Amino acid sequence: MKKLKIVVLAKQVPDTRNVGKDAMTPEGTVNRAALPAIFNPEDLNALEQALRLKDRFPGTTVTVLSMGPHRAAEVIRDAMLRGADGGVLLTDRKFAGADTLATSYALSCAAKKLAPDVIIAGRQAIDGDTAQVGSQVAEKLGWPQVTYAEEILGLDGGKMTIKRRLENGIEVVEAPLPLVVTVNGSAAPCRPQNARRILKYKYAMIPTEVAADPESLAAEMTAKHDYLQIAEWGADAVDPDPTQLGLEGSPTKVKKIDSVVFALKESKCLRCTDDEINSLIVELLETHTLG
Amino acid sequence: MNNLFVYIETEGGKVADVSLELLTKGRELATELGVKLEAVLIGDGVAGLAPELAKYGADKVWLAEGAELAPYRTLPHAAILCGLIEAEKPQICLMGATPVGRDLGPRVSSAMHSGLTADCTSLVIGPHKDPKTGKEYEKLLYQIRPAFGGNIIATIINPDCRPQMATVREGVMKKEYAAKPGAGEVAKVDWKKMTRPEDFVVRIIERHIEERKIDIKGAGIIVAGGYGMGSKDNFQLCFDLAETLGGEVGASRAAVDAGFCEHARQIGQTGVTVRPKLYIACGISGQIQHTAGMEDSAMIIAINTDPEAPINNIADYTIIGDVNDVIPRMIKAYHKNSK
Repeated sequence: MKKLKIVVLAKQVPDTRNVGKDAMTPEGTVNRAALPAIFNPEDLNALEQALRLKDRFPGTTVTVLSMGPHRAAEVIRDAMLRGADGGVLLTDRKFAGADTLATSYALSCAAKKLAPDVIIAGRQAIDGDTAQVGSQVAEKLGWPQVTYAEEILGLDGGKMTIKRRLENGIEVVEAPLPLVVTVNGSAAPCRPQNARRILKYKYAMIPTEVAADPESLAAEMTAKHDYLQIAEWGADAVDPDPTQLGLEGSPTKVKKIDSVVFALKESKCLRCTDDEINSLIVELLETHTLG
Repeated sequence: MNNLFVYIETEGGKVADVSLELLTKGRELATELGVKLEAVLIGDGVAGLAPELAKYGADKVWLAEGAELAPYRTLPHAAILCGLIEAEKPQICLMGATPVGRDLGPRVSSAMHSGLTADCTSLVIGPHKDPKTGKEYEKLLYQIRPAFGGNIIATIINPDCRPQMATVREGVMKKEYAAKPGAGEVAKVDWKKMTRPEDFVVRIIERHIEERKIDIKGAGIIVAGGYGMGSKDNFQLCFDLAETLGGEVGASRAAVDAGFCEHARQIGQTGVTVRPKLYIACGISGQIQHTAGMEDSAMIIAINTDPEAPINNIADYTIIGDVNDVIPRMIKAYHKNSK
């Protein structure tokens, strides 16, 4: 098999380095609308591994699958400008409030419909840091998983050879397709958007975006060219068991959210002068904190 | 039945520290719940480790041994753990938030349709009343973790699905022999009945695991640098100060992400938790994600240009100034006074 059908799981995430006061809803879920949204960093590493397979095995297709609100179409478009062939946005209010398990279930239903040879995802997303979705999608599909991948080394006879980066070393494993691979941040960074692809794909849109401005040039272009149409699937499109979706399908519940309050210590404030730093060091030595 | 499971991780014939830390915590929780603490030990030639698990309070050790079971591979370990969970119906299952636990946990939680909370910093038993249905629960596991980049602390519960699963990073819980050792009764697991040939399709071709070179967990003095160190070159100042004071170097996540130093030095929720006698935070703003991993230090000195930085709130001493000015002065002062 030298021609692969690859699905890359990508998530649009709030940039957790830039969080304001209205970041959480009263129910304790994330108020995504209030935050800048970015392509989850490790999903970009995953995309690069997929694009490298596409470079090596012509005829390979890379489809980006993302779940989220309409504006998450942005990550699919971004991926297309970097080299992906197209994408599917899984979007429906029925998915709202999902924990990792309900998210994984919905993604696995969509993946079944796309029927890829391999699913490649980032190891974890920066808004949750759980590293659960890749493994759970694999389990839902009954496929093997290779997590913490740093490089897909080869593909031979339906088996993939993958280097994993663990905390204290590396492991090289061989796993048969179909397979889920999750990619570590230590893997090669993703290639940038390509100028020719920008010209070709900049108008790629989901139907909701087209409908928002039907008279625009973008809408006209998208209507003319199939390759500009990013698919938009609601829950019904993937034929799920409704009890496994969204809040209802989530075994974990948020009991409460506390904002971070530091217990104030009595802190001695020093200025940056030789005298004050000297007396601090003397004190630390006298109390045997140092030395 | 309805006991508390801890998945035991082993490497190089030894039990991982994080597993012993979880047994220590698990012992406390099991006693509060009035249930048994049971260790799940899967590997090859690991039977000899059972007495050690008993010292940390394990009442029972479920032992699955076979050449095919080591080194760790996802599918066979998941199949065996799932088999045991189905048979024994534990109410809680804990594992380390290591590359192994974070690979195994989600697979098992998905198969069992139970929730899993990653990287908990605290585990507590408590009651719950469902706000919608009014249904009351008596003794649930509160899985507490910083969330959302450390901007909030979330308490997660798992009211209706069992087991309640959680992973915890190494160093977060304390490791202590149980006041009264557990019986450590070994029960051999007939794991071949729990696994299928498909569980062995992933082959390990090559493996290089090194002894940990950097171990900041045991250091008495830690000099930690943050994004405020400015650059990788400048981060060297932290190493200079640590060397002078006889300490180790740590880092915030922002500094590691920026490539200032290696991940093994990362302190915080997604890194190591430390409790040194002296912690010097250099150019670290002090997001909860970081402070969760160091706030129990006996003494904290914060060096920061920003008098409003959150780290100052938990510091015993705050030095307001540029790290480039402060650190060399500290080194000079130490040399002057230490003889």
